[in-house]
Amino acid sequence: MKSLEELRQIKEKALEEIRLREQEKKVQVIIGMGTCGIAAGAREVMSAILDELGKRRLTNVAVTQTGCIGLCAQEPLVDVIFPGKPKVTYGKIDPFKARQIVAQHIVNGIIIEEWVVNK
Amino acid sequence: MEELSLHILDLIENALAAGAKSIEICINEDTGQDELRLEVRDNGRGLTPEASAGVMSPFYTSRTTRRVGLGLPLLKATAEACEGGISLESEAGRGTTVAAWMRLSSVDRPPLGDIGASLAAALARQDPPKLVYRHYRDGRQFRFSSKELEEELGVIPLQEGLVLNWLRQYINEQVNGL
Repeated sequence: MKSLEELRQIKEKALEEIRLREQEKKVQVIIGMGTCGIAAGAREVMSAILDELGKRRLTNVAVTQTGCIGLCAQEPLVDVIFPGKPKVTYGKIDPFKARQIVAQHIVNGIIIEEWVVNK
Repeated sequence: MEELSLHILDLIENALAAGAKSIEICINEDTGQDELRLEVRDNGRGLTPEASAGVMSPFYTSRTTRRVGLGLPLLKATAEACEGGISLESEAGRGTTVAAWMRLSSVDRPPLGDIGASLAAALARQDPPKLVYRHYRDGRQFRFSSKELEEELGVIPLQEGLVLNWLRQYINEQVNGL
């Protein structure tokens, strides 16, 4: 017996696949949000990035967060991942630097080598 | 931590690390009773009785599950400085509830701060939890549900930068307007 419930499940699954496909095309920005990151100002960094994305109307950027990755001394940490390219990790980022990362790296594609910690 | 909303973000991170799919946050400011109470309830994997007993110590950590670090002792110190305290209720497999209360007018009480940024940060994940936020101020109420927001958005993912930026400002406006 086919039911509407089943249709709803099909819809959910299809939507999920669309989301994943869209996700793969996006630039990903990942911010470390463990206790160490939060205490170092990671939330303010995230707010600055969100604000900058908002001002520039950038819709192809997914902002996510992760827990402590064991590099607490370098917090706040920000990863930028372009589709198909290796991850770039920036350390000791403040809101000002975060806006620069959006402008230079995400918009113009130029990595700010000075702040990179995973060289 | 300089803001209560940073403590709340930290508690949410604990819940997420415990695999919570649903998180309820409740803040109650009562001028008459001169009390601020905050509560974070999750449906994560919960703590064993031994772990519950240990988490208040700054030297307790469970690296295998990354359940707690310094977060709870910091919150406890904040609450106690404001003539309050914290409690933790947990059942393995069912979830955890952390509550903190403090004197609303205490000079040592940190401001609530940028709660919108904390909730936006909590939802900025590949697989965001179902988050319900309730804020009461002397009987007035603001309620936010991430599930309702997702239904509104349809195929647009919650972690879209523009959406999170809107969400942060929306929550702050609503809470400050209470």
